[in-house]
Amino acid sequence: MATTAAEPTRRDFLYLATGAVGAIGVAAVLWPFISQMNPDADTIAQGAPVDFDLTPVAEGQIVKLFWRGKLIFVRNRTPAEVKAAEDVNLASLIDPQADSARVKKGHANWLVVYGNCTHLGCVPLGNEGPYNGWVCPCHGSVFDTSGRVRVGPAPTNLPVPPYEFVSDTKIKIG
Amino acid sequence: MSGHSTYVPKSAVGKWFESRLPIMGLIHSSFVVFPNPRNLNYLWTFGGILAFMLVSQILTGVVLAMHYTPHVDFAFSSVEKIMRDVNYGWLLRYLHANGASMFFIAVYVHIFRGLYYGSYKAPREILWILGVIIFLLMMATAFMGYVLPWGQMSFWGATVITNLFSAFPIVGESIVTWLWGGYSVANPTLNRFFSLHYLMPFMIAGVVVLHIWALHVPGSNNPAGVEKQTAKDTLPFHPYFTVKDAFALVCFIIMFSWFVFYTPNYLGHADNYIPANPAVTPAHIVPEWYFLPFYAILRAVPDKLGGVLLMFGAIAVLVFLPWLDTSKVKSAKYRPLFRQFFWVFAIVCVLLGWVGAKPAEGGYILLARVLTAYYFAHFLIILPLLGLFETPRKVPASIAEAVLGKGGSANAMAAGAHAEPNTKG
Repeated sequence: MATTAAEPTRRDFLYLATGAVGAIGVAAVLWPFISQMNPDADTIAQGAPVDFDLTPVAEGQIVKLFWRGKLIFVRNRTPAEVKAAEDVNLASLIDPQADSARVKKGHANWLVVYGNCTHLGCVPLGNEGPYNGWVCPCHGSVFDTSGRVRVGPAPTNLPVPPYEFVSDTKIKIG
Repeated sequence: MSGHSTYVPKSAVGKWFESRLPIMGLIHSSFVVFPNPRNLNYLWTFGGILAFMLVSQILTGVVLAMHYTPHVDFAFSSVEKIMRDVNYGWLLRYLHANGASMFFIAVYVHIFRGLYYGSYKAPREILWILGVIIFLLMMATAFMGYVLPWGQMSFWGATVITNLFSAFPIVGESIVTWLWGGYSVANPTLNRFFSLHYLMPFMIAGVVVLHIWALHVPGSNNPAGVEKQTAKDTLPFHPYFTVKDAFALVCFIIMFSWFVFYTPNYLGHADNYIPANPAVTPAHIVPEWYFLPFYAILRAVPDKLGGVLLMFGAIAVLVFLPWLDTSKVKSAKYRPLFRQFFWVFAIVCVLLGWVGAKPAEGGYILLARVLTAYYFAHFLIILPLLGLFETPRKVPASIAEAVLGKGGSANAMAAGAHAEPNTKG
């Protein structure tokens, strides 16, 4: 070739355009390979709401149930436990949240929380520890009777799942 | 280093084949005539032992997969079926389970040998980093393998380790859901862990090929820490090092067999013979022994994200080791201060492992914090400063001089390799 064209040449353009189309193609093919690992339709379908009858749960008792494969604690709190949860200086909490924000109005004795420690997912043991809430056997996190973290390493309170009271003795989770 | 093949096929078929695929020449130059430093001690046999363990794990793993069912309802009982019904299933499973521990014993010896003799220093930085990658792949493989029997330790180990990723802000929860394929550790998780557990050993094998390739460019480091220069410094791989490696391997296999035949569950946890129960966490959950030092670092930090970052950082720091160690002298033999700090570091690592097995409370947490701080200080403060302040001992001019002493080197070598076994005694 005797002549040299000034940059950018048509060849440069073709080179970049081909590369860009190729990259988009690779990304488009890659996505199904990544997406397939997310929850499948069947797993998501199991997230349908479930009803739970509260009548057999005695005062002071903690019952475990599963929703979407996740463990949930339903705790029928004694008046003393409710009072302990309410009489807390919120400023002293790791993850400040009032007890009233974690239960349904008029049903203060019923605490419904996810049953996996917010640290690394172990199941805390009920009615244990200095706050008589839960203590995680794995790494020592302590929760109070509202499921709020009082001693780390757990960074946040036990979350409250979406639920509502269908009647006074029945809740719908989900 | 004189790596080019001198291989000449004898037969006509050999010549015909070699001119089309020169693989025999490659093997000959890499594992027969390859010149190794003549002063390699038994710590250098662990590379071969590791290769053996990788092959052993793949072979036992492939046959175990013929009998194992990766489903939450059948996994536990299929493992019990292997133990009770499958011909020699008990042996194959104990070989595989204990083999993982043996693999890690060997890799830790291999890593600490590299740390002591400065094997990570120029020109072996890439070789070292490939080793760190293999170590990471081994950890991922071992973790996923431990989940497969679907006992209590399997399930809760999987829960705790996958939840590590939830520590990352914003994307954490989505990553964990993606890893699980659901909203908790469940059947999709077990299924994909089985698939990946089968895949990863072959990825390890691939990186091992690169590791050996990178090794064969400069050749092995050696106890003197000086590079081979002349033929006097070396001996051919075969028979000198094939025999040495084989002897060490047989000794290692004796230890391996002792575990397999006499105390096959010593390194495991009794809790893993209880089927997985997502409603109850065992009272005291600990990972397998080879993860304990890292587990101790995780628990030492009161902050979730901080603990996770520090635990991964404990391995990531190894990648930068070639540049953190500022000393030009490789072998600890000639570094009086480094040698002491090396042993302190080794003891700290063992103590981290010990404290990792203890409950996370009281004095243990304090000790774990002190040890964690020292672990990082060793890499980030002590090693950079040592290279500047330490006065190394005089390094021998060559490997031959290190082995044979200054005066006798030329004469002793004149007799050739045959004199070698006597001169060592």
